[in-house]
Amino acid sequence: MSMLEVKDLHTSFFTDAGEVKAVNGISFQLDEGKVLGIVGESGSGKSVTAYSIMQILAGAGKIVSGSIKFRDQELVGAGEKVMKTIRGNKISIIFQDPMTSLNPTYTIGKQLMEAILLHTDRNKEQARERAIEMLRLVNVNEPEKRMKQYPYEFSGGMRQRVMIAMALACEPDILIADEPTTALDVTIQAQILELMKSLQKELGMAIIMITHDLGVVAQMCDEVIVMYAGSICEQGTADEIFYHPCHEYTKGLLRSIPAVDDNGERLQPITGTPIDLLNMPKGCAFAPRCDAAMRICLREKCERMQINDDHAAACWMNVAKQQTEKDRKGGEA
Amino acid sequence: MGKNAQGETPLVEVKHLKQYFDISVGMFATKPLKAVDDVSFTIKKGETLGLVGESGCGKTTVGRTILHLYKPTSGEVWYDGAQIGDKKSLAEFRKKATMVFQDPYSSLNPRMTVADIIAEPLDIHKMYKNSQERRDRVLELMSYVGLNSEHASRYAHEFSGGQRQRIGIARALALNPGFIVCDEPVSALDVSIQAQVINMFDELQEKLGLTYLFIAHDLLVVRHISDRIAVMYLGHMVEMADANEIYDHPLHPYSRSLISAVPVPDPKVARENKRIVLSGDIPSPLNAPSGCPFRTRCPHATEKCAESMPELKDLGGGHFVACHRTEEIN
Repeated sequence: MSMLEVKDLHTSFFTDAGEVKAVNGISFQLDEGKVLGIVGESGSGKSVTAYSIMQILAGAGKIVSGSIKFRDQELVGAGEKVMKTIRGNKISIIFQDPMTSLNPTYTIGKQLMEAILLHTDRNKEQARERAIEMLRLVNVNEPEKRMKQYPYEFSGGMRQRVMIAMALACEPDILIADEPTTALDVTIQAQILELMKSLQKELGMAIIMITHDLGVVAQMCDEVIVMYAGSICEQGTADEIFYHPCHEYTKGLLRSIPAVDDNGERLQPITGTPIDLLNMPKGCAFAPRCDAAMRICLREKCERMQINDDHAAACWMNVAKQQTEKDRKGGEA
Repeated sequence: MGKNAQGETPLVEVKHLKQYFDISVGMFATKPLKAVDDVSFTIKKGETLGLVGESGCGKTTVGRTILHLYKPTSGEVWYDGAQIGDKKSLAEFRKKATMVFQDPYSSLNPRMTVADIIAEPLDIHKMYKNSQERRDRVLELMSYVGLNSEHASRYAHEFSGGQRQRIGIARALALNPGFIVCDEPVSALDVSIQAQVINMFDELQEKLGLTYLFIAHDLLVVRHISDRIAVMYLGHMVEMADANEIYDHPLHPYSRSLISAVPVPDPKVARENKRIVLSGDIPSPLNAPSGCPFRTRCPHATEKCAESMPELKDLGGGHFVACHRTEEIN
């Protein structure tokens, strides 16, 4: 059974320049204990999706319509009181920048204990013990000593460990990781990804992994959602997305990164510039940059189409392909 | 020999370069931070040398010190057979060697039009006779990097990240340089835009015969663009070799873990990949370990590693490694 169900979610930012439809009708499910990757470039709406689930959108942002169900409990319009029991407790989030997500004026221990005291009925002494236990879990050496230190005494990788410890302190069912390793070095990134994987196995939680790095996705995720301009282009198991991409944008992305067995040949970039969310094209959002765009792509947005049990995409190319196959079969018959 | 290199004479030669910064550690006391400690290498004309390493390893400082944006603490920089040192040689060198910066958002003046940004090096070195000549040169440079002439009178904020980086590259090309230090030029860009800019670097190199020092932390990108790659750790160069050689057969334990840590965009390979995950963080360069800088995180370290700094030795075929135990561990 799916534990998180997002249905036709629309989130917009109301700015002076007009309504920016950051998330434009997306639906997906997250199953128990799975790692779901959301990939996309800046402005694709991947982070806004996460913030919508947590309902921590900035002032101008608003969920316009749609539904987010956590274990059959509707979260859209549920109110702050309900969300407080969800946030940090059932669904936790860690952010990209571990440098700015900790308060520099409090000790690490105090910040960890705050999260625990707020969400559980442990007393101060128990919270302290739990905090030390969590630091030990994320492989921080000498946790007792580290509790008394301030964030500036921690390196970037250590701070991200603290953030993970904080997010997991209340044993959430879902951990949302918003670009958790983007600000970190490669060897530290490997440490953190390894840690997240082992914790996920140990604690059995589900992870939503938001990233722009296809390498991180390949390494971490069971399922992948590819987003472009606030919509889902393609969705499927990691193997399906990487080995049988069915949306021109996904294909372009995979072509444009240097391969593992790179032989120095020219890369094949996606042409054009990223989309302006204030001036969205009428048809498929990717059509202006798409080499395979047809007339219908400019006119009409393609609906999501099931390719097989593990794979869906919203690209007219698939519709066209299916049509030719049907015609051919019709001709044979 | 690399795919673009022409001839054997080095265009850029760096000998025992050191760059120490004085950091105050008390009211009056200072301590040297050894950002770059005895680094030597050469780059041939038309070649791309990739410089990789983690934050704080000194790769950016190497690039900036070569261009004398910092005065080197000691060591020599040679360009085209002449040593850079006195005022005159430096002024000439500055016309020949330029830089492309990492962040296209902060490296362009928001109050200047694109034309003025690109023409600034021309203005400084008085490289034109009249405004028509200046304008023609600006438009030529803009066409090199795929910008339209109508963009000339706009301001930087009107452009996307990828286009801004193109402006920065046009500015770097203004003086017809031979050598460009590219300091993480694509890491701030979206994946779909990165490939456009990387291809442009390739094309410009072919067209204008440029030589690059390409600093980056994305190993797949560096391997794609570079002829040779040098790996730095804590101010020292630990390994240098042909790009494919170092990627397929890294010899230094640090390079091995760095390359194995690269997230490969291929789920099946990623599942089978045996990563060498290092424990701990990079030590502070203020309290660098004795002997080999990597020994505190190295799974193969022995007592000898604590005693002396291993030299960068040529193991044949231009593969340089600085490790006491190269033969035993490989």
